[in-house]
Amino acid sequence: MNASWLPALILLMPFVGALLALLNRRAAPYMTLLAAAITLILAILAALQVESHGLLTGTDGLFALDALGALYLLPVSFVYFTSSLYAIGYLRARRQEHPAGTPPRYREYFPLMNIFALVILAVPLVANLALMWIAIELTTVFSAFLVAYEDRAEALEAAWKYVVLTSMGAMIALLGVLMLYYGTHAVDQPPTWDGLLKAAPQIPAPLLLLAFVLWLIGFGAKTGLVPMHTWLPDAHSQAPASVCAVLSGVETSAALYMLLRIYPVLASNSGVHDPAAWYMAAGLITVGSAAFMLLQVHDFKRMFAYSTIEHMGIILTACGIGAAVHEQGTVYQLFAHGFTKSLCFYAAGLAGIVFGTQEIAKVRGLISRAPAVGWALVIGTLAIAGAPPFALFLSEFEILYTGFRTGQYLPTGLLTAFIVLAFIALAYQASRIAFGEPATAADGRPLPKVRLPRTSLAAMAMAIIPVFIFGFYLPPPLAHLVHQAAYLLEVHG
Amino acid sequence: MNTTVSPLAFSLDGSIAALFVVLGLGVMVSRQMLGSLRFFMWQSVALTASALVLADALQAINLLWVALITFSTKVIAVPLVLRWAAGEEIYGRREVDQALSISASVLVAAILALVGWFAVAPVLPILHGTPFALLNLPTGLIMVLWGAFTVALRRESVAQLMGLLIMENGAFFGSIAIVHNLTVIAEIAAAVDVPIVALVIGLLIRSIRRVTGTTRVGGMDTLHER
Repeated sequence: MNASWLPALILLMPFVGALLALLNRRAAPYMTLLAAAITLILAILAALQVESHGLLTGTDGLFALDALGALYLLPVSFVYFTSSLYAIGYLRARRQEHPAGTPPRYREYFPLMNIFALVILAVPLVANLALMWIAIELTTVFSAFLVAYEDRAEALEAAWKYVVLTSMGAMIALLGVLMLYYGTHAVDQPPTWDGLLKAAPQIPAPLLLLAFVLWLIGFGAKTGLVPMHTWLPDAHSQAPASVCAVLSGVETSAALYMLLRIYPVLASNSGVHDPAAWYMAAGLITVGSAAFMLLQVHDFKRMFAYSTIEHMGIILTACGIGAAVHEQGTVYQLFAHGFTKSLCFYAAGLAGIVFGTQEIAKVRGLISRAPAVGWALVIGTLAIAGAPPFALFLSEFEILYTGFRTGQYLPTGLLTAFIVLAFIALAYQASRIAFGEPATAADGRPLPKVRLPRTSLAAMAMAIIPVFIFGFYLPPPLAHLVHQAAYLLEVHG
Repeated sequence: MNTTVSPLAFSLDGSIAALFVVLGLGVMVSRQMLGSLRFFMWQSVALTASALVLADALQAINLLWVALITFSTKVIAVPLVLRWAAGEEIYGRREVDQALSISASVLVAAILALVGWFAVAPVLPILHGTPFALLNLPTGLIMVLWGAFTVALRRESVAQLMGLLIMENGAFFGSIAIVHNLTVIAEIAAAVDVPIVALVIGLLIRSIRRVTGTTRVGGMDTLHER
């Protein structure tokens, strides 16, 4: 098969999945799972093509996938697949809890999840900047009712805040996108990443800087950068865990992906002085705020949402630290975050079923009540906090080591302090949930065991594999892809 | 590109920009939900007119598409979609309350207009071959800021949606002066995007009203850290 069809096929799969899910409601979960499985296989094939040829283009220049895009595409398709598997049993278990038997949005869940996945997958695949912006904006639109799945006042409040804040951000970013359109057109370059990089030295610096500031505010809102982050913990506390895995694992990274890709464009323009300072300032404020908020959090899904905010800040700071850290730091952190964060939410969702609450103060002894979930939560929390031997340990260690090695003591020192603080907060909160004596029934007897959905347990187990393996081993093609992706973030010539 | 433009075109675009700003202010401070929607529709008509004037003055065929898409989506499709998705919430005679008084809102709007103007001022002298940018770009940025302010100011979901929509109008009003060549696929996607956004947010508004009994979102603040 001609590889140039791969990007179109990758987008076709969730579209077909959505159609089939609409046509046959009973088979919708399985159609979604099938579409996600094929998408994952196609994404791996596309990444292999990129690894060997550098760039995968298709459909008359409509699609262009390079190494950084491929490295983002892989966690997106993986989380789409595991989330689809997880949702089969998880949503059924939640249905049984619902007073009316079935939440009103159960029928909409699978078609919407497929379309949501489609628009996230489109971000690294489409070549045109305006289409990327449209894809990012539509991620909010198609996930609004997934956040509002429970159809309660709190869920609708979370969905409304999410839609309003991130749509506002999208509108601000739109003006920046169109300014960059002008910048590329003025020097006869196409409005693509490649065209933008070639045009960068000739784009007037004030225009480039204004476009970037609009992006930083606009896409920053979607990424969850402080102070535009307020939607994120609310949405994650209300959305089903299968949605949180996608939202937190890969959707927030879509806007961050845009902010990372504009960095070499800024750095290639001699009139833009020290773009790294913007990245470090925005990143450190975000990491620091998230670390302190992690100390006072009361809901374990909100805890993982703040951890996402922290990670977005770490990646942005790493980008500012410079080229030396891109390969094992910036790029690897972006890649590993998706897998790790999905694991955390899968465990948190099942913990919610075990305890019937998300309140940290009300839950103890998860390992005693549901050992698999308890240990997965501990592993996920340690992994997301950056403990060895997991994937994020490598990237966070590399970021801090390189920061000190290159003499950037103040930002790296602050980043170290915030990461340590976040680590302590996460470890403390997770230990309260996982260990200790579980609550007993009124007569003092242990509470009965809760039957957990097998598909959800399987998805959780699958999510652990990359989190663990990528901590000490990267298959050679993947290592090469990481290297290629880091090269794209550097400034050449 | 021909950058010699007739004074009439400048004059027309200037009048349209003034109208665009006034209608944006109308969306921001209108006391009635339906009034706010009508101000938005007329503002979209002004955006269409500006695209037509620029298309003629710059001989830019693509701007004709922008005009057609703007009119068909924002003046026709969005109101229809909103009537279907949240008709009762919008078309009933409803008062909109807001966080600030109208006079204070106008004062903040004036300050934001100055901020928008100064933010874009360093860019204007370096935009070559874009004679209308001097007028459209600051006006567009000001409208983006006003839209964001409207979202913050209003406590009604429908009025907040209008804020989002005038932000998009602002982004396009500024952009048509500097970008005349969005690819056809991007234009089609943009045309589909706006009604989808209006539809989904309209349905969300309907759900909010069904569950909470009101479209007022200013009081929705149960989710926060304790």
